[in-house]
Amino acid sequence: MTIKERQQEIIDDFSMYEEWLDKYEYIIELGKSLPGLPEEKKTEDRLIRGCQSRVWLDCIKKDGKVMFDADSDAIITRGIISMLISVYSGQSPADILADDFSFLDALGLKENLSPTRSNGLLSMISAIRDKAAENERNTDS
Amino acid sequence: MSAIEEIRSCFPQLSRKVYGRPLVYLDNAATSLRPDSVIKRWTEMSSYSTANLHRAVHHIAAEATEAYENARDAVAEFINASAREEVIFTSGATESLNFAAIGIGDAFINEGDEIIVSEAEHHSDLVPWQMLCHRRGARMVRFPVDDNGCLHPERLRSLITPRTKLVCVAHASNVLGIVNPLREFARICRQSGVMLLVDGAQGIVHQKLDVQETGCDFYVFSGHKMYGAPGTGVLWGRRELLEAMPPVFGGGEMIEKVGWESSEWAPLPRKFEAGTQDISAVPCWIPAIRMTETMPQDDSVRDFVFSALQTIPGLRLYGIPVDVKDKLPLFSFTVDGAHHEDLALILDKMGIAVRSGQMCAEPLMERFGVTGMLRASFAPYNTMQEAEYFLSSLRKAIMMLK
Repeated sequence: MTIKERQQEIIDDFSMYEEWLDKYEYIIELGKSLPGLPEEKKTEDRLIRGCQSRVWLDCIKKDGKVMFDADSDAIITRGIISMLISVYSGQSPADILADDFSFLDALGLKENLSPTRSNGLLSMISAIRDKAAENERNTDS
Repeated sequence: MSAIEEIRSCFPQLSRKVYGRPLVYLDNAATSLRPDSVIKRWTEMSSYSTANLHRAVHHIAAEATEAYENARDAVAEFINASAREEVIFTSGATESLNFAAIGIGDAFINEGDEIIVSEAEHHSDLVPWQMLCHRRGARMVRFPVDDNGCLHPERLRSLITPRTKLVCVAHASNVLGIVNPLREFARICRQSGVMLLVDGAQGIVHQKLDVQETGCDFYVFSGHKMYGAPGTGVLWGRRELLEAMPPVFGGGEMIEKVGWESSEWAPLPRKFEAGTQDISAVPCWIPAIRMTETMPQDDSVRDFVFSALQTIPGLRLYGIPVDVKDKLPLFSFTVDGAHHEDLALILDKMGIAVRSGQMCAEPLMERFGVTGMLRASFAPYNTMQEAEYFLSSLRKAIMMLK
């Protein structure tokens, strides 16, 4: 599935819920079903700065694709990072960097999260982009 | 109109809706709402009485100066300062504490001296002392709370050594909401010849404090946490201490005589008020104090929330005094299996404003072994219905997360 296709899928899922509390229920379910990271991978270097809760992002490269795993101690954040990695995991660094992350605007996530939370969201996005950029550089060398 | 409805009608923001629901504002410890009287005073000053203070001879300047200095009288009377010159206007409790740390540091702290700071302090009453200790080669000594969040006078007594110069405690912690036994602390400090500084940012809005009767040496607080204008604060200090302290900022108004290489300082309070002050906001102290003094004294909401929270399974409340009378209507807690941030986000969508996170008190979070807490802080304008709605919403939010 391409990035755009997966994004559209999430937008469609999300649009089924009118109330924000129901959207949260959906995000919470995503959070609960995310396998998460083993304790030994919840390290300082995987921690994303700028979030109120703790969020860890792990990344490996396989056959030219970037594979993400993530975890958080807050369930809504877990749901959001789960949504993000379901879009970007398994994609090439170039495709990730070419995406503008505007599907989050379509979801209304940015506006509907408190500013501190929205900062957290922006931190998660930049962490994903940073990892993609790192992996792209490694390919070049 | 009932008494509480009448009070509520003074605060325009209470009529707001968020996400289509009536706002339930339970983040009063972060900043309280502003009544019409304060907004009106600010607007009047900005609209009709704008001029710089103390300097010009024209009519409006005199009017603005009078409004500003009347606010000083009102604050002095409110805390029962022995002289109006002991009231220094600042931009907030944070600035007051930094002024105090710089001034006390320069005047009284030497290498090897000790400053006792309670571990329940807000970062504002912690970081300036760390900075001072680094500057002067002094040492910070931790005044620990017990498992219920209480600070004990006998513990304080045991921490004081011949090198102790200063003790810093909150009137009430912004996390624990327990009113500290300040008079006893003051007695101990006085017996040992140690200065006592009290951070009143959280306490004064709930409990009026007489600085002379309490016996502290410094007391600081913010306007925005007691219905006043943001960007206003007070540093009160005993005159002889303030006089011994050097000014922090140099500039206009704080000087008596300026030569090319050196200057002489103006007397108190001007010595600490360099530059143009917030001439619209400072006069708002008068209606803010009036509001604080006329708020209904009713503890029923506090008592209800205090006991209801403790019936929620898995909920841990931090800050449990021996006597509930010493508890402010401020409740910080964690819930097993439900992250504070998740709870705050869900409550927000239900129209309830609460605070989540480390609450500017990282050492205290560490002390209790948590990464953060949820805090609901009430004001006298919060109703019993709001308290009930908060509790049922909290229960619902916990259900969603488990």
